[in-house]
Amino acid sequence: MTSTETTPVCETPVQTGDVLLSIENLHARVEGKEILRGVSLRIRAGEIHALMGRNGSGKSTLSKVIAGHPAYTVTAGAIHYRDQDLLALSPEDRARAGVFLGFQYPVEIPGVSNLEFLRVSCNARRQHRGQEELDTFAFEDHVRDTMAIVQMDPAFLERSVNEGFSGGEKKRNEVLQMALLEPLVAILDETDSGLDIDALRIVANGVKTLALPTTATLLITHYQRLLDAITPDFVHVMAEGRILRTGDKDLAMALEQRGYDWIDGADGADTPQP
Amino acid sequence: MSSAAAVEALNKTPYRYGFVTDIETEKIAKGLDESVVRLISSKKQEPDFLLQFRLKAYAQWQAMEEPDWAALRYPPIDYQEIVYYSAPRQKEQKASLEDVDPALLETFDKLGIPLSEQKRLGNVAVDAVFDSVSIATTYKQKLAEHGVVFCSMGEAVKDYPELVERYLGSVVPIGDNFFAALNSAVFSDGSFVYVPKGVQCPMELSTYFRINSDDAGQFERTLIVVEEGASVSYLEGCTAPMFDTNQLHAAVVELVALDDASIKYSTVQNWYAGDENGKGGIYNFVTKRGLCKGKRSRISWTQVETGSAITWKYPGCVLRGQDSVGEFYSVALTNHHQQADTGTKMVHVGPGSRSTIISKGISSGHAVNSYRGLVNIGPQARGARNFSQCDSMLIGDQAAANTHPYIQSRQPEATVEHEASTCHISEDQLFYLQSRGIEPEAAVSMLVSGFCRDVFNQLPMEFAAEADKLLALKLEGSVG
Repeated sequence: MTSTETTPVCETPVQTGDVLLSIENLHARVEGKEILRGVSLRIRAGEIHALMGRNGSGKSTLSKVIAGHPAYTVTAGAIHYRDQDLLALSPEDRARAGVFLGFQYPVEIPGVSNLEFLRVSCNARRQHRGQEELDTFAFEDHVRDTMAIVQMDPAFLERSVNEGFSGGEKKRNEVLQMALLEPLVAILDETDSGLDIDALRIVANGVKTLALPTTATLLITHYQRLLDAITPDFVHVMAEGRILRTGDKDLAMALEQRGYDWIDGADGADTPQP
Repeated sequence: MSSAAAVEALNKTPYRYGFVTDIETEKIAKGLDESVVRLISSKKQEPDFLLQFRLKAYAQWQAMEEPDWAALRYPPIDYQEIVYYSAPRQKEQKASLEDVDPALLETFDKLGIPLSEQKRLGNVAVDAVFDSVSIATTYKQKLAEHGVVFCSMGEAVKDYPELVERYLGSVVPIGDNFFAALNSAVFSDGSFVYVPKGVQCPMELSTYFRINSDDAGQFERTLIVVEEGASVSYLEGCTAPMFDTNQLHAAVVELVALDDASIKYSTVQNWYAGDENGKGGIYNFVTKRGLCKGKRSRISWTQVETGSAITWKYPGCVLRGQDSVGEFYSVALTNHHQQADTGTKMVHVGPGSRSTIISKGISSGHAVNSYRGLVNIGPQARGARNFSQCDSMLIGDQAAANTHPYIQSRQPEATVEHEASTCHISEDQLFYLQSRGIEPEAAVSMLVSGFCRDVFNQLPMEFAAEADKLLALKLEGSVG
């Protein structure tokens, strides 16, 4: 990645170990149904967290609430991002401030050029950080360099956003966006699902490259194979809208072998956070 | 920010062209009778054939009823309250631009249409029409070197009367419809284009229509004739000041394409649309039709309709020539209380004639947007083909979209395909863009512009970006 830019003026530098994201007793509902029932989680710079759990346990909901999806209502609890009340920010301001969500199902946007979309979005983040905006030519150079991270063909720049992309191409496009936005906190919602072995390796390598000592990553996944490529510092297991258990990479491995029933048996108290 | 809130934001639309030019005008008294028709004709020192054309049209118009079949609601128009001729006072002969009133040049400058030599648009010749008259046409000399005639209708009547007499009313007969008859009786100025055999017009031709008066109607008349194997690309733009009264605009445009000729006619219509409560704005009742007279001739209409309180227009093609081609690409955006009933008519007469219709309607606020299109395949049109695609996008829950396709075929060996879709602006698309740092307003305009891409791609290069900007501007507002 090209990172010759001047030091951001609007974003105070992050030190490894700084708390970037702090979620306290978060409750949220969608369409009148309570999905999150007291999630607490603290994520520091330099950490990689994995979030696992059955379908419907609230993982995706948590990611959408963090990103600010309007369909979800927070009924209790708080999220702090660095020293800001994240829930008070609009979705676009969260993104500009450095919170990124890689979608499980990236939407297709017919007629909107991927290149232009990436440029506008990259510039929105740059503007927030006090960096100069990139014009079409400068951006095209930048994005072509960046695409190498996910081994994406520049031909995808000419297409409409995600339109007609295969599952794997969509996910690569998500990681490309992550690379361009240089978030401090990246949440990747099942970025590994629907990928073949080669695509998984490419995506995992991309994410690994982008995980810096000054950034934090939250991987939502069902599969050990992603965690084989990216070793998490913490593994959390969600059930019924709460984090039931927290451990290290061995927890993921145990889950892979024993299934979620094993966790359910362990009764629901939150494990103390690091 | 929900899509509902983004929609709310759309309800504050600035109109940048709403100023009035303070200029001395020559206006005749309000109202319409035979003497007014004669007066207009005499002011323009017209030959007798044209006076007779007008009088015949006036007589027909008097016997006609205003059409009421469109999905439009507006109070009755009082045709006696309209001024039928209004012209800025200036020297009769405008040999050069130096003779044009600086206030007029400044007006067009402000509209982004510089007319003076040094500031002109690169490869675009412009005819500037202010209320009832054309005030200047640029690049006439250069075009003349190629044999291309581009001038105001008034000049054409004087300099090329035989062409005017031959083709005027040949595509849109004077009694075609109520508004066409009215136009035929009282039409003022407009543009005339003639491209001789085998000539590819070397530059874009463009007419810019400006309504300045609050009580004058604009009744322009445009005629484009393209001879065998010749081609032209023509664009019209339109704006008007903001008044709280409504002004009537009833234009007629006729296109004629002979063998192997091609005409590309693009419109970017941004008449004043009225305020957010629906007060004021232009009533736009327009008849546009192209005749693909020759074999393999091609006429293509591209329209971006964003203005007017009311739009009633159906640019069509009569595909008489064998293997002739008609195309209609349309974006109609309505906001607030705007109403649009627009579409096309493709009349297949010749064997092997083909037509394509791509219509994108976007409706926001309390607006109503209707597509109305006719595909008619005659008994001789063996092997004719039509493809129609009509997509509607609704923004918010107060807007409406209708699609009225009329398909008539008397030829069993013809193929007619019609596709239609209606969508709401998707909350997930909006959220996706927002989650990448893009403001809701910019996101909505990005989505709308994406929705219209197929049509924008048809616009001449110079104007595609303009159209994009215009849509963004129309969708601009504060997101709260």
